[in-house]
Amino acid sequence: MLITMTDRGPDSAGIAIYNHVTDKKGKITVQSDAPDTDFNSLESELEKQVKGDVNLRIQSTHAVLELRADQMNSARTILKQLRPNLRVMSTGESLEIYKEVGLPKDVAARFDIKKMSGSHGIGHTRMATESAVTTMGAHPFNTGSDQCLVHNGSLSNHNSLRRKLRRDGVHIQTENDTEVGAAYLTWKMQNGSSLGEALESSLDDLDGFFTFVVGTKDGFGVVRDPIACKPAVMAETDHFVAFGSEYRALVNLPGIEQARVWEPEPATVYFWKH
Amino acid sequence: MQTYDLANGSLRELNATLHAQNDTTNQTSWEIVNPRGAHAIACGLDSPIEVAIHGSTGYYSAGMNQQATVNIKGSAGPGVAENMMSGKVVIDGDASQYAGATGNGGLLVIKGNASSRCGISMKGINIVVHGNIGHMSAFMAQSGNLVVCGDAGDALGDSCYEASIFVRGSVKSLGADCEEKEMRPEHMEILRELLLQGECDAKPAEFKRFGSARTLYNFNVDNAY
Repeated sequence: MLITMTDRGPDSAGIAIYNHVTDKKGKITVQSDAPDTDFNSLESELEKQVKGDVNLRIQSTHAVLELRADQMNSARTILKQLRPNLRVMSTGESLEIYKEVGLPKDVAARFDIKKMSGSHGIGHTRMATESAVTTMGAHPFNTGSDQCLVHNGSLSNHNSLRRKLRRDGVHIQTENDTEVGAAYLTWKMQNGSSLGEALESSLDDLDGFFTFVVGTKDGFGVVRDPIACKPAVMAETDHFVAFGSEYRALVNLPGIEQARVWEPEPATVYFWKH
Repeated sequence: MQTYDLANGSLRELNATLHAQNDTTNQTSWEIVNPRGAHAIACGLDSPIEVAIHGSTGYYSAGMNQQATVNIKGSAGPGVAENMMSGKVVIDGDASQYAGATGNGGLLVIKGNASSRCGISMKGINIVVHGNIGHMSAFMAQSGNLVVCGDAGDALGDSCYEASIFVRGSVKSLGADCEEKEMRPEHMEILRELLLQGECDAKPAEFKRFGSARTLYNFNVDNAY
């Protein structure tokens, strides 16, 4: 699916995958520009400081750190001191996010996406319009524990919204518009909204074009702006629910000929759960 | 009958082959298999041939059509039959955004539902939709007829000029300067003919007609923000 979508977004690609849930364990996925040095002895150094078991799994420029769920927050603080250059891609019990710049086929090969398995996942290919082509500008974005966001479109009020969110203490790292969208959802949820409510209010507070797909621990959601210029196609069978920017992305799915294929309505929040 | 398999051949070669047919060709019937959502299938045809596409298509299929009859035996992606000049395009399934956009002539039949912006800026094309249409349909429509046997979404006919819009079901909302119009015998006759051509058994008497209130034709300072 990612490779089919290369001509929509050739500059970066990413995947969020939900898998390997271990009771009372959490996962932090990190990225490094110098994985050989950064990941070397990270496992033992972190174990010493958090005083608990850490399991490190390296996948190219990314590594998944698995540790006790109640040690996740302290581990993040310690990571900042141990390896200040590491970038946190995702945190959660189930979610792992892998993303890099480059052609989708190269990114898919780098992370060996073919071998990945899980209950659900979201892939994205990027054609940058609002900010630089960097790893941090690639999608998916982590919006909270086990939550992620991908975006097709461009937000036009991201600068003013970024300033507003920063005043409220929200940490936003780049000039990317989608990161602001992700931070907005996170901020809404920290202030008591459910993900569904946060998506509903995004329809009022975000200006610009968007089709968002959000991943949750047990499913995913879709919302399109009221104008709905940005495409979205759903396919549903008894065995799966799939989303794509266009039908071409879905044609290799099993049983697609018999699937119910439809377009989500504008300004409507949809959710699917396992 | 000629068959072209897009699983084995290139889209460019297919379209070039179809373009090479002229008014006197003996190869008047074409079957395209394995479209798999590819873009721009059977675009720019200009000869009286019949093309059947077995499956769903991606962006801009049967665009800029003249003379040809194209039947998509599946659903169509965004911009199907865009800027058609003449001929006929029939979609057995649903159509995505802006079906029949800017069309100057010919007939577009959608047997399923059409998404948003169906018939946007239409300039003489006739469109018959058996199901529903999405929001902002017939936006700035200039001439031609849009027939909807189901329901219409928000802002139907916004800022339209002289196109006629016929809706059998409900209209969620009318766009700026669009209003319901009297259905006179000549409109019933146009509608009856289009329903016949569009293979639709709905009764003309069940439809309402909508069109321009013509209040935006001249500048009015009260319309300014």
